[in-house]
Amino acid sequence: MKLDFEHHQSAHCESGVTSSLLRESSSNKITEPLAFGIGAGLFFCYIPLIKINNGPAIAFRTFPGLIFKRTCNALGIPVIRKKFSSKGQAESYLIERLKEGHPVGCQVGVYYLSYFPREYRFHFNAHNLIVFGKEDDNYLISDPVMETPTKLTSYELERVRFAKGALAPKGQLYYPKSKAIITDEQIRKAIISGIKTNVNQMLRIPGNFAGVSGIKYTGKKIKNWRNKLGVEKAGSYLAQLVRMQEEIGTGGGGFRYIYGAFLQQAQAYTHNDQLSEISKIFTQAGDLWRTAAVHAAGIYKGRLGSQEDFNQMGDYLIEIAELEKNAFLALKNIKW
Amino acid sequence: MKKENVPQDMGALGKITKEVCYATDNTGKYVTELSSGWDVKSGALDVAWKDVEERVARAKRRVLNGEVSPLLFFMEYRLMDIEILAGYSGFWKWQVKRHLKPDVFKKLSDKKLQKYADAFNVKVEDLKTMTVHEA
Repeated sequence: MKLDFEHHQSAHCESGVTSSLLRESSSNKITEPLAFGIGAGLFFCYIPLIKINNGPAIAFRTFPGLIFKRTCNALGIPVIRKKFSSKGQAESYLIERLKEGHPVGCQVGVYYLSYFPREYRFHFNAHNLIVFGKEDDNYLISDPVMETPTKLTSYELERVRFAKGALAPKGQLYYPKSKAIITDEQIRKAIISGIKTNVNQMLRIPGNFAGVSGIKYTGKKIKNWRNKLGVEKAGSYLAQLVRMQEEIGTGGGGFRYIYGAFLQQAQAYTHNDQLSEISKIFTQAGDLWRTAAVHAAGIYKGRLGSQEDFNQMGDYLIEIAELEKNAFLALKNIKW
Repeated sequence: MKKENVPQDMGALGKITKEVCYATDNTGKYVTELSSGWDVKSGALDVAWKDVEERVARAKRRVLNGEVSPLLFFMEYRLMDIEILAGYSGFWKWQVKRHLKPDVFKKLSDKKLQKYADAFNVKVEDLKTMTVHEA
């Protein structure tokens, strides 16, 4: 059994899955950047009290699951989403959907994901892929970050669908319930609502851990890392920051480039000239994130390490915060 | 980032798949470009694995000193914390904590050891001796 499904490689797993699952309904119009922007995917958050892999808990994107949910909501597409307590039910439900002709999105953990390189297998449970068929004991998998479609045996798929730990997927799957026709006018409205949500997310969350103020706060914290943690551990922390920012799935520059691409594509639907100008600010922000990453690499590779180097690192983030604040204020002030 | 500046350093991922990056072309329009990796990133990943290796080595010393049970060694080796191990083994977190004590671990039944062995994907015998077969 193999559904008529075309694999598309994308930068980020969830926006890629969203774009692929909506491809038919939208006649290819919901590109990855549009899914990312309509789903208000851009974020920043640093929670000092929590540790992930013994390093700082930093995110450059919104909470897992929200991009798909918001994008479908904004476009008026009903969604089915299900978790399972039984592995057997999780598999038979999946098979029934495939028989009905639905490609299905699955949340999985990457630790036991056999086609991933070993170096990338951490206990990260918010990866997304699409199952689009089954041949013998092999499920046909479209993993958006891979160049080509791939396969998992039924045991391998079960293992990653029932990965354990934080954000355990519990067999979660999701798909658009019915095929809808998406009009340009719907896309235009969805873009505007996505931008508004993202503005709120980056500018209006109280406290100093999230959004633009979170970036500034992290910048200030980094300046103390050398004294507080010692050069080596502070280097590990910076390495974790860089991984969250640049690793596979981000499209580069902590998702800032995908957002820049979104604003350019959004202009075609909203006919608002300001968007392409604001897109340039996000390109600048992405470039500055990458400059900061090069500087951080100097520290964790042992080339740099003075307090002055840490101050410089913190100042990069403070500068980025200012840049992104201006970009989101400009988006906020658009009269639609 | 300009399209021609998308880094093409060979990394761990590049051997298996290239990844999509977003970058601008010479007219300023965003396009996608495949990248085989970036030194800055692979350096960060190396740091993460070096940290893991150090934690595994420290756990091994502590097991040999009789401070903790071999579970800690395999937890570090499999990058697991107590919550993850509890999830995969089916024990409660408080039970895992108890089984981390060498004296308690020694008295575990084979049935219970098998649950841990399955969670770590090793044999019961290897569990006791801290033997790892895969590269």
